[in-house]
Amino acid sequence: MTALTDDTLPVAPRAIRDEMIVFVVMALLLASVPFTGIYPFFVMQALCFALLACAFNLLIGYGGLLSFGHAMFLGTAGYCSAHALKVWGLPPELGILVGVAGALVLSIVTGYISIRRQGIYFSMITLALSQLLYFLYLQTPFTHGEDGIQGIPQGHLFGVFDMTKPTVLYYVVLVGFLAGFLLIYRIINSPFGEVLKAIRENEPRAISLGYRTDQYKFLAFVLSGTLAGFAGSLKVFVAQNASLTDVHWSMSGEVVLMTLVGGLGTVFGPVVGAFAIIAMQQYLAGFGQWVTVIQGSIFVICVLTFRRGVIGEIAHYLRRSL
Amino acid sequence: MQALYAQLLVGLINGSFYALLSLGLAVIFGMLNIINFAHGALYMMGAFVAYFLLNNDYLSIGYWPALIVAPIVVGIFGMILERTMLQWLTGLDHLYGLLLTFGIALIVQGVFQNYFGSSGMPYAIPDQLKGGMNLGFMFLPIYRGWVVIFSLVVCIATWFLIEKTRLGAYLRAATENPTLVRAFGVNVPRMITLTYGLGVGLAALAGVLSAPINQVRPLMGADLIIVVFAVVVIGGMGSIMGSIITGFALGVIEGMTKYFYPEASNTVVFVLMVLVLLVKPTGLTGRAA
Repeated sequence: MTALTDDTLPVAPRAIRDEMIVFVVMALLLASVPFTGIYPFFVMQALCFALLACAFNLLIGYGGLLSFGHAMFLGTAGYCSAHALKVWGLPPELGILVGVAGALVLSIVTGYISIRRQGIYFSMITLALSQLLYFLYLQTPFTHGEDGIQGIPQGHLFGVFDMTKPTVLYYVVLVGFLAGFLLIYRIINSPFGEVLKAIRENEPRAISLGYRTDQYKFLAFVLSGTLAGFAGSLKVFVAQNASLTDVHWSMSGEVVLMTLVGGLGTVFGPVVGAFAIIAMQQYLAGFGQWVTVIQGSIFVICVLTFRRGVIGEIAHYLRRSL
Repeated sequence: MQALYAQLLVGLINGSFYALLSLGLAVIFGMLNIINFAHGALYMMGAFVAYFLLNNDYLSIGYWPALIVAPIVVGIFGMILERTMLQWLTGLDHLYGLLLTFGIALIVQGVFQNYFGSSGMPYAIPDQLKGGMNLGFMFLPIYRGWVVIFSLVVCIATWFLIEKTRLGAYLRAATENPTLVRAFGVNVPRMITLTYGLGVGLAALAGVLSAPINQVRPLMGADLIIVVFAVVVIGGMGSIMGSIITGFALGVIEGMTKYFYPEASNTVVFVLMVLVLLVKPTGLTGRAA
């Protein structure tokens, strides 16, 4: 299991100060978007996927577990939030809470099952579980099958912030993203995160040191799934719908691609990767299925020549951790 | 009862495809340490090669030659993939093999979708296998019976090749310890390439067999491969016979589910996977991975 770490991860000690500077720059850049004339919908969508990719990266980059079913958390939280907002008429904050709770329950169940196997089997199990869920959502009435849940009311967050206004919605999504990002950053730099990295590097050794590695991996899975669900709930307000595409395996593949392009196991990589892939889809939308071919080609190129990803390469060049 | 037997037959046919595909996955995993995500796409390519051979005005090659030509063509394509890409992953983490082959699957499926859309194209059953037989308790379409029996023969032949021949012995030895086998003068890299070709050829063969039943579609392998992954998780990749038996058994269970509780027919394999993981986390044939 050493190949992942030898080749992709920066060896330099973590420099929290550098990372905080980059974080502040990123936050300021994102906060200034509404003044630049960039289409806010695009950035909001990218932010949701960036958070999803960061949550996914928590599992693969720091736990060494490749989940090929992370779309199930995105989609499940989306359906739960959408249902709570539209059918139950709950306010946005409770709608988000319902979605995150849905993802939490799902990640506990699926984590309990999938963590029993490692490596390649873990990936196949998560993929199969998400496909199981896809078929369930195709058949249950509350998801409205192929149509999905549409026309979801955005409402007033905490009764104050009018989310029908694009600028207000943008800042709500941005704050949600930054909060999620900081939480993940905190997890990575906590004693828990250090143990997780130790397990990724050498699991038998971590076991021999007395760590119950299964419990650590399970907790990482639940945290990752729940945060991915939070991204799904935010996305409901942006897209105003919840549909089967969010649960499909191709979505899980896209999340993997975003993280791979940005850099597995880097702090900022998933964000860069998400923006790159979403931008690519936006600009190449007219090319139909060629987008799939291009995505596949990026996978191949990244794996063969560019395993560190964009941020990983920069970090390697600067000899810093980013 | 007629309907039950009919679903049982459908189950056996799906089981044949599961067995052929999971067998290929297991053989490839043994030698290359790669889970071949492109397996579904290459299965689809097998069906398309048969379709081209038949519909090309100059060739118009029928089903029987296609049964041999398609696996060879796709096998060569697979060996090129192995030589140009997969071989560079030796020594890297397993997950890169999964990601690379996933990318290859996206490319292949995307290209075919661009040229053929997403709808299915019919492929006629060869004349010799048209019609059916009345077995007394059910009506058996000859082609469907042929698919089950032929798949079973191919599976057994593959098992025999790997478990009982000298070549198979080299293969199994190289799976255990490639360096040592190389020291004995066996060309292991070439064996790896041929193994990938063999596994991929089995997938293409399944594709040709399924063409007259399921139509020829660019995405015909995309969902199938996920089910086959679940089959592999249930059966484990440690034993060749295990893959064959698990494949057929799960096909039959799926067919029975279609009869007794149709709503669950496309989820039953996944549910069984969950149950197996809860009871026996290492899978039915047992080797921990």
